[in-house]
Amino acid sequence: MLVLTRKLHESIMINEDIEVVVLGIEGDQVKLGFKAPRTIEIMRKEVYEKIKQENVEALNSSMDIMKAFLNK
Amino acid sequence: MKIATKYHGEIDIEEIIRFENGIPGFEDEREFAILPLFEDQTFFVLQSIVTAPLAFIITNPFIHFKNYEFDLTAETISQLQIKNEEDVQTYTILTVKEDIRDTTANLLAPIIVNTKEKIAKQIILHETKYETKHLLYNQTIPAGQEE
Repeated sequence: MLVLTRKLHESIMINEDIEVVVLGIEGDQVKLGFKAPRTIEIMRKEVYEKIKQENVEALNSSMDIMKAFLNK
Repeated sequence: MKIATKYHGEIDIEEIIRFENGIPGFEDEREFAILPLFEDQTFFVLQSIVTAPLAFIITNPFIHFKNYEFDLTAETISQLQIKNEEDVQTYTILTVKEDIRDTTANLLAPIIVNTKEKIAKQIILHETKYETKHLLYNQTIPAGQEE
């Protein structure tokens, strides 16, 4: 992993079109700003992980249960 | 085109929906079919074209959650090449549990389909109150209807 140290308001460029700016530092929290093309998706990792986990869990769904429930 | 499916056996499909980036957890799966699960057209299966066991039970969230709402971002509209609101179909993935009352809908990450262009994406809502697990049948099932 590449490690870079930045101060408040300093930036990091990823390729020529993605910029990550340090907007604020408060205690143990860092506020970051992102400038990137529309096609680049940016999100908190834990949110993406949660969706992944839910999708995996959803795969274990059983149609038998649905059937039994909807059986009229 | 004939494909093997999780719930419908081997069937003929006419329409393939493309997920350009796959879906979270299954990033390599790009092609799916949406098949009705029962005749009533309430529940559907999002079936992978290439992987038979990869199939999700999905439903129209607005039927079950009357107040569900969110805005599509400009990014999603452009990625999915959405030109008309009428071309957009929304689904939510269900996690069906042994006890049907525990079945949940993932309202945080709905599936948006451009039915005209046949492209889709599981989007993740930002700054939202919605979660990955909302009880589908949150009202108590009246006595007498239990098994």
